[in-house]
Amino acid sequence: MEVVRSDRKSSSNDVVVSTLPLYRSAPPLEVRLEDFELFAMDRLRVLKGISDGLSRGKKPEEMENLAMDLWKANMRHLEATEGVNKDVISHFVLRLVYCRTEELRKWFLSMETALFRYRFHSKSSEAQRVLMSEFKLPYKPVSNAEFESVKDKLGQVARSMGQTLPAADAIFYKVPFEEVPELVAGRRVFIHKGHAYVAMNQVVSLVVTQFRSNLSKALILTNRKWTSTIREQEKDRLAPIVEALCTSYLGPDYSQPKEFAEISIKDIDQISKTSFPLCMRYLFEKVREDHHLKHGGRMQLGLFLKGVGLKLDDALAFWKAEFVPKVGAERFDKEYAYNIRHNYGREGKRTDYTPYSCQKIISSTPGVGDHHGCPYRHFSEENLRAALARMGVGSRVVEDVMDKVHNRHYQLACTLTFEAVHGSSCDAGINHPNQYFIDSQKILQSKNGSVA
Amino acid sequence: MTKEEAENERDDMLIDGPEETNALPDGFNANYLRIYYGKLFPHADIFKWMSYGNDGKHPACDKSYFGRREFSFTLENDIYIRFQSFNSVSELEHSIKEKCPLKIDIGPVYSVDPAKRHAYTQSGDNVFTPVERELVFDIDITDYDDVRYCCTGADVCLECWPLMTVAIKVIDTALRDDFGFNHILWVYSGRRGVHCWVCDGKARRLTNEQRAAIADYFRVYKGNENSNKKISLPGPVLHPFLARSYTEVLKGFFEAKLLSNQNLLSSEERYEKILEMIPDASVASELRGRWQDNKQSSMSKDDINVVRWEQLKYILQSGKQKVQGLRRCVEEIIFSFTYPRLDMEVSKHMNHLLKAPFCVHPKTGRVCVPIDPNNCDEFDPTTVPTLSQLLEELNKGGLRQDAESEWDRTSLGESVTFFRSTFLQPLLKSCKEETESSYNAKLQQSKNNLSW
Ligand code: SF4
Ligand SMILES: [Zn+2]
Repeated sequence: MEVVRSDRKSSSNDVVVSTLPLYRSAPPLEVRLEDFELFAMDRLRVLKGISDGLSRGKKPEEMENLAMDLWKANMRHLEATEGVNKDVISHFVLRLVYCRTEELRKWFLSMETALFRYRFHSKSSEAQRVLMSEFKLPYKPVSNAEFESVKDKLGQVARSMGQTLPAADAIFYKVPFEEVPELVAGRRVFIHKGHAYVAMNQVVSLVVTQFRSNLSKALILTNRKWTSTIREQEKDRLAPIVEALCTSYLGPDYSQPKEFAEISIKDIDQISKTSFPLCMRYLFEKVREDHHLKHGGRMQLGLFLKGVGLKLDDALAFWKAEFVPKVGAERFDKEYAYNIRHNYGREGKRTDYTPYSCQKIISSTPGVGDHHGCPYRHFSEENLRAALARMGVGSRVVEDVMDKVHNRHYQLACTLTFEAVHGSSCDAGINHPNQYFIDSQKILQSKNGSVA
Repeated sequence: MTKEEAENERDDMLIDGPEETNALPDGFNANYLRIYYGKLFPHADIFKWMSYGNDGKHPACDKSYFGRREFSFTLENDIYIRFQSFNSVSELEHSIKEKCPLKIDIGPVYSVDPAKRHAYTQSGDNVFTPVERELVFDIDITDYDDVRYCCTGADVCLECWPLMTVAIKVIDTALRDDFGFNHILWVYSGRRGVHCWVCDGKARRLTNEQRAAIADYFRVYKGNENSNKKISLPGPVLHPFLARSYTEVLKGFFEAKLLSNQNLLSSEERYEKILEMIPDASVASELRGRWQDNKQSSMSKDDINVVRWEQLKYILQSGKQKVQGLRRCVEEIIFSFTYPRLDMEVSKHMNHLLKAPFCVHPKTGRVCVPIDPNNCDEFDPTTVPTLSQLLEELNKGGLRQDAESEWDRTSLGESVTFFRSTFLQPLLKSCKEETESSYNAKLQQSKNNLSW
């Protein structure tokens, strides 16, 4: 093991370019137990803040500002070296916390990657180049002759994004398209014969891809170490802290209904009207109406119902009753039942699938014929207004809701709806459809007092 | 709805699941199918293909490769068996002949033999996971119901089939020129669409994230069932891929064919749908005014659709409409009506199953034959050989008496020959080269290691 900073020598001794740690190996620093926990909590605040920002649908620039503010508020240290130590230590502690399940790893990986992206982006171009060389990316800038031959296309791509034409001396890297999936997905690069032409101001994508894949591999290794040795060695010291850290911040995953242990099919209609958030209410109405839902809708609603407490047998009965008029019983058993059992972890990979969070639903991309997604995000204004009216939301509140929607605060819009429908406040805000459901049931039960 | 209506509706309903398989129409029954699998189905070719050269003698061949591929069968008595695997061509052939599946689906290559997956799930760590999978696309005419008036649901005719042809052209060109793929197989799905298999080594090894990036690269159709804005083409110019698709394929097809074929502007109901897409109400109403007045002007021999389209273009693109949104509007209309509509989910995940080529569609009895993307205009879904036709040809002693194989005695011969000469042989050749070069690289590396 070596000190992370020691492998990063700047070219000249007097100008030290401040870059970023790449978290290649755990620091050989002594860490006090309190710091272990405190540092980790501070970093978690940053990651959690990023996660919230993303689920609100904030734009990239807004996200960058948000991330940098969070970083300053929680991670900055008076002394630069201390700051770097805290950065590195907290990262490695959280690796332990979030290495332990697929779900946790996924969350940590995307939040750390996002954080790295914003921090990289905020660095000077000199620092960016130093970082690029630290990643040892094997790409060379496109030669002049080649640049001339594709100049028109590069200009076309730039203009398609509303940018100006690349200057004659602009640097482009030619890389396999597989290395820059996000640029490919957004059609933000020119791609020819399998190669993407990446502009200097886009290299952040290359670096981030690299960062992500390194971290992803590292998390798997950490997980192995955790299960094979650390957990046992540290069972009295670190292990309890690690366990506590992860649940305290990610929130419950709602895969196991707890508080209202069970619902049965006959209640479901009633409950859907009183306690389902709009996204689920809508899917529920749709399946009743069309006797069919495409895959995305079946997943979103199906896992939600599982979280709500619908048992596997009831779930099968419910979907069957809905689908049979359209597809017939045989086809249902053959083509759809498998998936439902799968969601309950009875077929295929034996993992339990967890209900989707708002963030996941909001960032989904429903296509033609799809009804899933978050209505606040994916409905046209007209349809959303109509849907809210059907839920009995008054016109004044509807305006407030639309206001949040226009500012892309979808979960806040949903929270306002919740409050209007229940006539009672929801301070925590809506983060998960199953949370919406649980909070709603709590309120209704306390109102009805005696209902068992 | 009466019971009969419900029954009828089953025939052409819109579903995203596997196609109907239970009813056996005239000319299709299990005995016919048995003969088909016995004499005509190209087992050996499928095996060769799915082995990707690993069935050879070269020391670098991976003998376990084909055996880790998932096949799944849909059997006659509504039995759906997943996770079938075979270790040799004779095992595959024997199983198909014995089980006589109505449909054969092909899944990914897993890390371990899928038939033995349960033995591995015990050991934790998710070792049973897909490792390779062709990049696949599924395009279905039922997703075009809002832009065709000749048919709905699963029906297709020669008026609307060209929408599929256009999709093939756009996607095929991009896969080759942009992404640099070479080994691409297009297949008629037997009834209402086409499938595409991209089989290059680098395509098979794409991660889910990279697959999603490619799918998103192709995505312009942002609408879902709850918002009007279906196409969004932001930016002052089109990305080179979209620009090429537009000028080389979509524009010509829309103006020369679709417009008149589907009578897109002939009646009020239809032209309203297009006027709706014009963001400027005054322009829309100007056109509406003209079109309502000149209903009777049938003196001109010109097609009314074309005349109106020219008027619309003139108004939207004439000098006074400096507003960029309006100029872009013509493109948006054309894209909405003609741009390929992909089933995104199928392409994004490695573990999606897709029907094998040369299966027989149980509803139509037609064979899922390959389509030549270079001559896709000539492809006519209504003349694809059917099961009963093929058996008749066999019974009659064949089309050609001197035929070397059973295929050549039937009209399937052409398809099998096409499959081999334009797809399978070039594919296997490059697999061989790839195996050799990776083997040599490994040798070189181990030599280097020794000297070091
Ligand atoms: S904010 Fe969450 S709970 Fe509310 S509708 Fe959207 S996805 Fe559903
Ligand atoms: Zn038609």
